[in-house]
Amino acid sequence: MRFLRQVAVITAKDLRAEMRTKEAINASFAFAIVILLILSFAFDPTEETTREISGGLLWIVFTFAGTLVLNRSFARELPNDCLDGLLAAPVPGSALFVGKALANFVFILAVEMVALPVFGIFYNVRWTRQFWPLMLVLVLGTWGLTAIGTVFSALTVNIRLREVMLPLLVYPLMIPMLLGAMRLTALLVAGQPIAGDDTVWLRLLFGFDIIFTALALVLMETVLRG
Amino acid sequence: MRQKVIFAMLALAAIIFVRNLYVISMLPDEVNQGQIFRIIFFHVPAAAAAMTGSAVALMASVLFLIKKDFFYDSLAVAVTEVGLAFLAVNLVTGSIWARVIWGVWWAWDPRLTSALICWILYAGYMILRQALEEPTQRATFAAVYSIFAFTDVPIVYFSIRWWRTIHPQPVFFSKNGSFPADWLRALLVNVVAIFLFYAVLTMIRLRQEQTQREIDYLRRTAHAM
Amino acid sequence: MSAVAVDCAGVWKFYGDFPALRDISFQVPEGRCLALIGRNGAGKTTLLRILAGFSRAGRGQTKILGTSPREADARRRIGFLGHGIAIYDELSALENLRLFGKLYGLPDPDHAARHWLERTGLERVRDGLVREFSRGMRQRLAVARALLHNPSVLLLDEPFTALDDRAITVLQSVLRDALAEGRTVVMSTHQLREALELATDVGLISRGRLAFHGERTPEMLSDPGWVYARYGEA
Repeated sequence: MRFLRQVAVITAKDLRAEMRTKEAINASFAFAIVILLILSFAFDPTEETTREISGGLLWIVFTFAGTLVLNRSFARELPNDCLDGLLAAPVPGSALFVGKALANFVFILAVEMVALPVFGIFYNVRWTRQFWPLMLVLVLGTWGLTAIGTVFSALTVNIRLREVMLPLLVYPLMIPMLLGAMRLTALLVAGQPIAGDDTVWLRLLFGFDIIFTALALVLMETVLRG
Repeated sequence: MRQKVIFAMLALAAIIFVRNLYVISMLPDEVNQGQIFRIIFFHVPAAAAAMTGSAVALMASVLFLIKKDFFYDSLAVAVTEVGLAFLAVNLVTGSIWARVIWGVWWAWDPRLTSALICWILYAGYMILRQALEEPTQRATFAAVYSIFAFTDVPIVYFSIRWWRTIHPQPVFFSKNGSFPADWLRALLVNVVAIFLFYAVLTMIRLRQEQTQREIDYLRRTAHAM
Repeated sequence: MSAVAVDCAGVWKFYGDFPALRDISFQVPEGRCLALIGRNGAGKTTLLRILAGFSRAGRGQTKILGTSPREADARRRIGFLGHGIAIYDELSALENLRLFGKLYGLPDPDHAARHWLERTGLERVRDGLVREFSRGMRQRLAVARALLHNPSVLLLDEPFTALDDRAITVLQSVLRDALAEGRTVVMSTHQLREALELATDVGLISRGRLAFHGERTPEMLSDPGWVYARYGEA
């Protein structure tokens, strides 16, 4: 109970601080739109090709834009040594992890919710035909991205080249999640349901999220307090 | 003492390896592949050694986090770094084989792809270490990363296999007929030799790492004067 | 004799193989104020971070009022003020204090926040964003943050460094009250004069060792360099 209250306090703090400055979220929105634009030159955005590569395209946009949000997550604690304030408080590392991850999750999901319709317009795709299954895939994939990303945000926060280090370390780890999310997203954007062999990807996403969330919960205290 | 053990192991590995090279060269060519099939005697043991190495790295990382003894940190670096070299051997030999048999240097075959991702994951371990200055923090963060990487490897492998079974697959070399007994023996002997090499290199690297720590200690002591 | 508030037993801290702290042992009884002095890099900050529970000792034990500060519950009774003010620029003064009040599980975070804003003279600007505060105001807010949850033990890292006059006055009065109420203070400091006035005990850390630990004597007050001269390295 106290754990949940602390999580809520930290999430609310991150959300409020970010909404005051909108640094990460604005950059992330803009970045997502720019990548969507650039990628439209990479191939002929006809209906046929778009349908085929929509999954890969969207998740490239999501991970790139998400990285900006994740980079800010612990970087936000650097000025005034705010992290020391949190570490001195009676808050376990796992609560800090969940609190921060939830805030990141909300930000990244918000960016995705803007990027999707823009994608639909730019690429002339009706992506809403499997709306709820698509949301499920988005939520599962984004949580995987956020869970790993939040741990590594803490891990890289004091490194000089942290803006590069975070994606460098996190993207290879996320390959299984990305494969599943890309495959399912392509399917759902094309209007097909998740059926048959493809349900394995849904299980993969669930498994990936559970495994890495568990690892993060166990290891975050060590990362933060040695 | 430790140096003598290293030399003895190295000599043993060399003797086994050289003798086995002779055995391998005496084997008849494979019917479909000709000469190039012999690469398997290096390709497979290198992969097995690297995989064993990643398991040792995981154990060393967990032990470091529990005991905070820097020996385990040094062991984790040593075994990971040598493992990267062996995995590179595996990738390069695989690529050469693919060029001869498939006609391409690289195919996105599940095993090849997972080996490559595995290599990139553990290269990330080395990069992360390099970026961290303070030894205790470096050891802790590297251990955490190593645990994440190790957990990821099987998931990567299965996901890529599923991915590729859905997509058109490259022609994989069909094993018609079983692996003859003398081949298998030659392969196993090579496994022994290459594991010994791995152990020797790890021990040398471990000593370097411990010396490095000692230098670091002396440097800090000098600065504190 | 009153109970031991801060117990540090054989604490070592290693950076790799290099011991940054070597076998530090001391006790601070309740209601006392220990001033830790020593050169930059001697290990004062490292020691305070270990006492506060967010850095792990390589060897040895620390106890705050009988429990290890590595446990979340023990940290509830510690007030920590480090080099940084640990206050969020994007939040208002009141929001900052309310945030920490909730993290420390106070029954009425709002009340505590308002009380401490008043105490530190920030009542008027409680809704202003910290970003717009002057340096002195930020420092006073940091003092309020560290004392908000009524900690029994205060750990302060160079609290007087770079404070303006008003902040020094606030801090001194707050610390005096805290000591009078029987709270315990451990602080590291360069500002010998300000610290020695409050301190009941003095510890000198030199190259990671506790070179001197004893009661503050009148001659220390009249000549703040005395301990250094007697026990410190040349």
